[in-house]
Amino acid sequence: MKAERKILSGNEAIALAFTDSGGVFASGYPGTPSTETLEEVARLGEVYCEWAPNEKVGLEAAIGASIAGGRAMATMKHVGVNVAADALLTLNYTGVNAGLVLMVADDPGMHSSQNEQDSRNYAKFAKIPMLDPSDSQEAYDFLREGLALSERFDTPVMLRTTTRISHAKGIVERQGRIEPKVGEWVKDVPKYVMLPHFGKVRHAAIEERLLKLREFAETTPLNRVEMGDTELGILTSGISYQHVKEAYPDASILKLGMVHPLPEGKIREFAGKVSRFMIVEELDGIFEEQVRAMGIRVDVGKDRIPYCDEVNADVVRAAAGGGGRPAGAAPATDLPLRPPTFCPGCAHRGVFSILAKLKVFVSGDIGCYTLGALAPMNAMHSCICMGASISAAHGMAKVNEIAERPGKPVAVIGDSTFFHSGMTGLLGMAYNGGNALVVIMDNRTTGMTGGQDNPGSGRGLMGQAARQVDIVALVKVLGIENVFEINAYDLKETEAAIRRGLETPGPYVLVDRNPCTLRYRVKRPVLAVDPGKCTGCKACLKVACVALGLTADGDKPKVRIDPEICNGCGICSKHCRFDAIAQSRAGGGDGNL
Amino acid sequence: MGIFNIVIAGVGGQGVLLASKVLSESALVAGMDVKQNEVHGMAQRGGSVISFVRIGPRVGSPVVMPGTADLLISFEPLEALRHLHYLKPGGMLVYNKATINPSTVASGLAAYPADVAERIAMAVPGARGIEALAIAKAAGNAKAVNMVMVGSVLKALPIDPRIVEGVVTAMSKGRGAEVNRKALTGGAAA
Repeated sequence: MKAERKILSGNEAIALAFTDSGGVFASGYPGTPSTETLEEVARLGEVYCEWAPNEKVGLEAAIGASIAGGRAMATMKHVGVNVAADALLTLNYTGVNAGLVLMVADDPGMHSSQNEQDSRNYAKFAKIPMLDPSDSQEAYDFLREGLALSERFDTPVMLRTTTRISHAKGIVERQGRIEPKVGEWVKDVPKYVMLPHFGKVRHAAIEERLLKLREFAETTPLNRVEMGDTELGILTSGISYQHVKEAYPDASILKLGMVHPLPEGKIREFAGKVSRFMIVEELDGIFEEQVRAMGIRVDVGKDRIPYCDEVNADVVRAAAGGGGRPAGAAPATDLPLRPPTFCPGCAHRGVFSILAKLKVFVSGDIGCYTLGALAPMNAMHSCICMGASISAAHGMAKVNEIAERPGKPVAVIGDSTFFHSGMTGLLGMAYNGGNALVVIMDNRTTGMTGGQDNPGSGRGLMGQAARQVDIVALVKVLGIENVFEINAYDLKETEAAIRRGLETPGPYVLVDRNPCTLRYRVKRPVLAVDPGKCTGCKACLKVACVALGLTADGDKPKVRIDPEICNGCGICSKHCRFDAIAQSRAGGGDGNL
Repeated sequence: MGIFNIVIAGVGGQGVLLASKVLSESALVAGMDVKQNEVHGMAQRGGSVISFVRIGPRVGSPVVMPGTADLLISFEPLEALRHLHYLKPGGMLVYNKATINPSTVASGLAAYPADVAERIAMAVPGARGIEALAIAKAAGNAKAVNMVMVGSVLKALPIDPRIVEGVVTAMSKGRGAEVNRKALTGGAAA
């Protein structure tokens, strides 16, 4: 029988591989570029899977599954490992029972992230093996290999991807299926109870395991040499391998599939065979530091390959001192930017148009609403990491209090982010007598990553009905007395509520409960501008809706609304003092909620 | 043959990714290697979206380097101009003439340049602008712009057009198959 060949993204390939290799339990938190992995596990429908409220919970659940005898996977993006690190840095001590892989997706180039951290540091830090696939086929193969390695060496294995692996699609040939089976539930107190007494023993086990892994690294086909022209020899891994092949198809290459621990002997031998030894790695100089520490000469490395942003074939060519290619046209630099923005009809637009008007300090969080920081809203002034909006606002308010400075900061956070790690910040604020206004924008989904379910959406990852948390009740239980629901489409009411929140001393929480228009496919009758009434004052344009635009004619052009794009939320009309925007008779579609 | 590089540019929500999928699946059916890669995530509705499709006997990197695209398909004129530098000298450009305002324009912070078509024509003398939105509407659905655009480049692809038609039909549901077929044909005739 001919093997099945499909076009899959790296994320889809990993999901298929987990399903094909006896996977039993998968959990994680959505985060671009890792998100589609668990979604695909759910779509394939063979393996139990769930969204966790955050990455630490996801990994901890996977640890439990492994101890209980089921092959397990946790997925997250690079910054998620920071959240899960507490569990990871002790999971390396306990080891596993059934195989456990932590899939982490890095984002060099920061296509959708707040930083560019290199997860290879975590593998080194935790002293565990890390696999680094260079295309979808390897993503598939390496996940399967990772589960096997995990069991063979009694260790968690990190499978690292980057955006160009996670989201790039290539052809994958499926391998034979391993039937899922739940093994024995191991009750082994010295291995799984990390009291100091037992932990000391396990630390020694980690060091011993690392030695065995180093030996394994020398012989495993995961690390392979492609000998070619010996003038230039390149050590590389992951997506950088593809860029190296593109730039120098004839060069000799030592391609690492396992990027921690490194095969010292293999590297030494390879470096000795080539005239110029080059290391190509994205972000940090992790290979280079270790290779130099081995006393091996490196001719080209981080002195020529940038620490920031992605590597590509041109970067490799430039670093190796090779000639360029004939260039195309110069990129146009004078064009209006097309940044992402709130969807037409999104309720966030209402809240931010008011916050911008009131000129308050807004402590933001990670999600669609982070876009409120961009022009013309300019209504968000800090954004650190998931859940930090509330705790940071608390700190700001305390300093204001100490400095006897007026002004109450506003924290803005979404539902999923609130469940992730905003709740604990709010608990701290209630406990410590804070003084910030918190707006929870509950659109009943994890919007920015594409609309995933969460403890507030009433549905689980596999589509099953789920227990739905009542955010208002939850906020009250955390110790906040002033918590009120608002409707962000009603700008007057929302502004009044925000003003009350700013004037009332103490923690104050407003919850907007309007569903994500994209995720729930909200359709409303479109609006139109009455050109007789429009004065061209542009007040409506401040809501930054892509359905709005100016007519070209006249020295004071009027506003027009594109009926193909408008979603009828009416927020622009409420900013019009001349009553020029109204529901269009030509508009179609009904609210379908 | 070497690698045939395609860049597809457009605006979030226009179906750039589905068009990429059609081209990739067609390459698979045609027995070639293919890599497809796009940048999404932050790209909610209204942001720039760009997708690479590379087709050949063996494809390594999923990234198309500037100055190397054989074909640039843009679903919006401004996005065509923004991504012109991906084209190799002599490369082919087809773009949809229907414009979509960026949020910067919609909010009055910037103006939509009046000379986009002229600048495209100056940089790529053989560039073709087509009325993809009108053709899609005539086919039965304004959202079929992506299929019109695929249709408009059928003859330039290193793949038998019948394979592409077959893939589009197989991927469509219900009435969508007829709409997409019309959109594809309309694009091919444009």
